[in-house]
Amino acid sequence: MNSPSIEAVNLSKRYGSFPALSNLNLRIEGSKCVGFLGPNGAGKTTTLKIFTDMIRASEGRALINGIEVHPNKKKALESAGALIESPEIYPSLTPREALSMVAELRGLPKGERRKTIEDAVAEVKMDEWLDKKVGKFSKGMKQRINIAAALLSDPEVVLLDEPTTGLDPRGMAEVRDIVKSLKKRNRLIFMSSHLLNEVQEICDEVAMIDHGKLLVYDTLSNVTTRFSNDGGNVVDIEFLRDIDQAVNTNIASLANVNSAERMDPRRIRIRFSGGAPIQERLLSDIVTMKIGMISFHSPTSALEDTYLNLIKDTL
Amino acid sequence: MRGRILPSSVSQVGTVTKYELVNYFRSRRFFVLLIIGVIISALLTVLVGYYRPADFMSSSLKFYYNWFNGSITFVIILSGIFYGGDAISGEFQNKTGYFLVANPLRRSAIYIGKWLGALTASVIMLAVFTAIAIGNGVYYFGLNIPYQLWVSVLFGLLYLIAVLGFTFFFSSLFKSSSISILVTAILFLFAFMLIQSLVEALVKIEPWFLITYGAQIVTNTLIDPYPTTSTQGFGPNAFTSYATTIPEGIAILSTYFLVTAVLGLLIFERKEFT
Repeated sequence: MNSPSIEAVNLSKRYGSFPALSNLNLRIEGSKCVGFLGPNGAGKTTTLKIFTDMIRASEGRALINGIEVHPNKKKALESAGALIESPEIYPSLTPREALSMVAELRGLPKGERRKTIEDAVAEVKMDEWLDKKVGKFSKGMKQRINIAAALLSDPEVVLLDEPTTGLDPRGMAEVRDIVKSLKKRNRLIFMSSHLLNEVQEICDEVAMIDHGKLLVYDTLSNVTTRFSNDGGNVVDIEFLRDIDQAVNTNIASLANVNSAERMDPRRIRIRFSGGAPIQERLLSDIVTMKIGMISFHSPTSALEDTYLNLIKDTL
Repeated sequence: MRGRILPSSVSQVGTVTKYELVNYFRSRRFFVLLIIGVIISALLTVLVGYYRPADFMSSSLKFYYNWFNGSITFVIILSGIFYGGDAISGEFQNKTGYFLVANPLRRSAIYIGKWLGALTASVIMLAVFTAIAIGNGVYYFGLNIPYQLWVSVLFGLLYLIAVLGFTFFFSSLFKSSSISILVTAILFLFAFMLIQSLVEALVKIEPWFLITYGAQIVTNTLIDPYPTTSTQGFGPNAFTSYATTIPEGIAILSTYFLVTAVLGLLIFERKEFT
């Protein structure tokens, strides 16, 4: 069985003289979540729309599982589920009916449809609303149904364009859990987002795009290591109790630690040289010191730091 | 997901049609149009019942001619505007298209499915209007229903098909529902009639290029003998009253449908969900 894949080959899109996407070359393969980051107007949604044939590329090709989308939309999208922007559902339909339509269009066997739809709606926590008309739903509720529709046929490739738009914090957390569970089921998720902490939490790799051009595509750790000001080698340590200067000094004296800065009485930020193996060793060393460490994590600003370094403009 | 077979495009057309109809039948629009059709029929029923106009009462054929004259084409045009006016533009403006288009189905399946849905809903309107007319006709003339009535209804169906082809074409031109509905309504309710009058009176040529001219066959069929083009007066004051023949009418309506359906489909295929 081949791994799920998406590929952009010299993909460009122009609106008149405005280049919305310039020569994008990107191949993503395997079961993973890839965050697609960039400022407003960078070309993220444009890329996803080309992959779903909602717009046509000016040049280049978009392929899903090796099948070029534009000339073979039906075949290419057979193995893909997509949520692009925030679609509206016919207001007089119920989620059951809207999802039945998708199920029929995607060829779900008749005998499985009812259970599949009920499971999908339960997964997005909308089971109580299954037979209510969509017209009465809030934006967040509709978005949950849209997510259920995108995942209904258990696609190998999932394309999500800012899937947590309109959702409340609980809804966002639930979507993150859904994406995590998809990764475990050997799915490829390509997801655009403005929420860096969301991407940092659930994605394995990131692709950053600006002014229609791909800036970087790599694993999350490599990207933050290469492009954040601290080289990604920053860890915040939290303690159960206030710590004294001696603890600070001891940590600063550990091998590869460049600095240990006390952020507050119970928190230290260390900068170190080396990558993940050194980070692992430092964690082990500090645990051995038995000084009441309760948390050891990279500051969430690592990806933000990288983003701000790579992307200078907001438009 | 593996091992599943996608339905054929024909089957997907059926699915789109089915849910389009569910949407129509639950919408206020369907019932508003149904009420308009019933009100027109009720007014005719009351007026004919009360005044018993001689034109209506002279024969069953004349009864159906007078009942249908003007009203059936109005019902058809209203159906076209109500169901076709924003059928495609609404998918862009309301973003409902985003829900469907990202699925593995051809855009033509969406277009044809929606068109068939609109046609079915419109045929229900036409059937209700015709049933009330026949009910009245049976009341006054018994079961002696002239065969021309069925021919007229058949031509009405052809006109409806052409009107929906045309309205879907206009709907695919615009991304705004209100503009596409407005343009379609102006064209069918005013512009075509006006152009036809001007062409006949001033330019003095047969307006064979107008869909409303072709639609004359819907009611002309109910005239015995079938009307022909005739000229009254002489010289510069002569006025020609043009009457489309049945083959001409069928050709005009069929051509309108074929050309606008193909153009509308091509536009929708190429239109981008930006």
